[in-house]
Amino acid sequence: MADKVITCKNLTKKFGDFYAVHNISFDVSQGEIFGFLGANGAGKTTAMRILCGLSYPTSGEASVAGFDVYTQQERIKQNIGYMSQKFSLYENLTVLENITFFGGVYGVPAAQLKERSRQLIAKLGLTNEAKKLVASLPLGWKQKLAFSVAIFHEPKIVFLDEPTGGVDPVTRRQFWDMIYEAAANGITVFVTTHYMDEAEYCDRVTIMVDGKVEALDSPGNLKSRFDVTSMDEVFYRLARNAVRSGD
Amino acid sequence: MKVLRYLLQKEFKQIFRDKTILAMMFAMPIIQLIILPLAMNFDVKSINLAVVDHDHSTYSMKLLNKINASGYFKLVAASPSFQDAIQYIEREKADVVLEIPMGFERNLVREGQQPLGISIDAINGTKAAIGGNYLLSVIGDFNQQIPINATGFKPMGVIDLTWSNWFNPLAEYKYYIVPAVLVLLLTLIGGFMAALNIVREKEVGTIEQINVTPITKLEFISGKLIPFWVVGMIVFTLGLTVAYIVYGIWPVGSFLTIYIFAGTYLVALLGFGLLVSTYTENQLQAMFVAFFFMMIFMLMSGLFTAVDSMPGWARVIANLTPVTHFIKVIRMVVLKGSGFADVKWEFLYLVLFACILNGWAVYNYRKTS
Repeated sequence: MADKVITCKNLTKKFGDFYAVHNISFDVSQGEIFGFLGANGAGKTTAMRILCGLSYPTSGEASVAGFDVYTQQERIKQNIGYMSQKFSLYENLTVLENITFFGGVYGVPAAQLKERSRQLIAKLGLTNEAKKLVASLPLGWKQKLAFSVAIFHEPKIVFLDEPTGGVDPVTRRQFWDMIYEAAANGITVFVTTHYMDEAEYCDRVTIMVDGKVEALDSPGNLKSRFDVTSMDEVFYRLARNAVRSGD
Repeated sequence: MKVLRYLLQKEFKQIFRDKTILAMMFAMPIIQLIILPLAMNFDVKSINLAVVDHDHSTYSMKLLNKINASGYFKLVAASPSFQDAIQYIEREKADVVLEIPMGFERNLVREGQQPLGISIDAINGTKAAIGGNYLLSVIGDFNQQIPINATGFKPMGVIDLTWSNWFNPLAEYKYYIVPAVLVLLLTLIGGFMAALNIVREKEVGTIEQINVTPITKLEFISGKLIPFWVVGMIVFTLGLTVAYIVYGIWPVGSFLTIYIFAGTYLVALLGFGLLVSTYTENQLQAMFVAFFFMMIFMLMSGLFTAVDSMPGWARVIANLTPVTHFIKVIRMVVLKGSGFADVKWEFLYLVLFACILNGWAVYNYRKTS
């Protein structure tokens, strides 16, 4: 097994009496595409925010890229990329300016920045849009751009929080091609989703129900364990007992 | 440092891309400086006067002519009775009623004294006080000149006062208010612009993207402070220019002192804005919180009313707002030519405000919650 880049042991986050994340444990290996599944309100985003150093856990242990989530958040942040549920590039900056800004603050050397931005824009097919404000792009393009920006500084791990929400199937497919490419380059991908067809693309998936990890295995193993043909059914079997609903 | 450069680049691009804000930032100083001092004029020039003359004598005519000639009063009515005249005050047609009783001339000549009745509408306290005083001084002057006093034996020991206004010889209101409006400009930019800017990033969600990068708190906050500081100083300079062109107000004291104070003050106010942004979640909240404090700052700072005439407890509050200190200093330096040594304590106050507010804001800004 390759190196563990994320380890999580009995991780818990409480808001008052409410366990948003309850005693979860898992490891993620380098280069893996790790799917994090769950209904709305299951605690996926909270867990991810802890791993990104945006939120303190209540108890338990976790380390990301070898750094502790309690004390070394800033070190973690140097080693990860993050794409949030909300589109969070600057809409009033152009495509090129967004790439330059985020590349710059992550410490991509100025000498490389220009050439690599140009290459990225060409790869995304946005050459004509490079000087347009991001606000004017269609959603699918925005999401692809956001993902590219999140991995532009070549992080060890990239966290994607429902990256394909509201995106058409063709673009989603292209988006997953990009994820595969990133994984092939050695970037570990930690992705939350509630599209079960996307779960099939992951190396391993975790299914969270009510703040707990109910299942953790490869999609193939999960299907045979529950003796069903699709991840959809696996998810349905596990999640129908959920107490919490909606967000 | 490299990171800061990218932050500044981004911030300036965003500021200059928002045409509405940009227009406001530059139209505001010009319009405020032109309109406010002219409109907020406490020099009372047109006091509406209703007269009830029961005497109809030479003396009463002379007195009325004198009042008219003073240029401060506008005779709106000559009523036959006080009841009739008071109606003018009730209908807000008149500010002051002067009642000259029957036998005014006769009593003055024969007995050497005669009471007059003055009724003033005190809803607008300032106008009432000033208008009343003008009327008293015109009557006092008239009293000096009536033949019985002028030609008869002089009363003993009359004290004749000669007085002059220092630093603002004609006691013109514009000299008082224009420097204060300059402070107002910096206050608005410092207090609102930075606060709303950061809270906007919270609303849109981009702050999360920033929080997940290795940008340090200090870098982030400097990246917000510096652009608005620069904009504030440009607006301030523009304000000084307008003050000179429109009102001919050229600071008597040194520009260096003014700019040192303006710069420090702006840092303090930006710190206040940042602090507001760390406690609020959306622009509406930030706007309300900032507005609440701004109102107190404006009304307590001596912008319109002198801090010295406030009750003791109010003066304490006034001194706890940075605005008070800067208004005091800018008036001293612009009108009186005070040097840095005269205002060094105020400078220390402002530095203290800048440190506390910014320190608090940096402390309270959380990258991890």
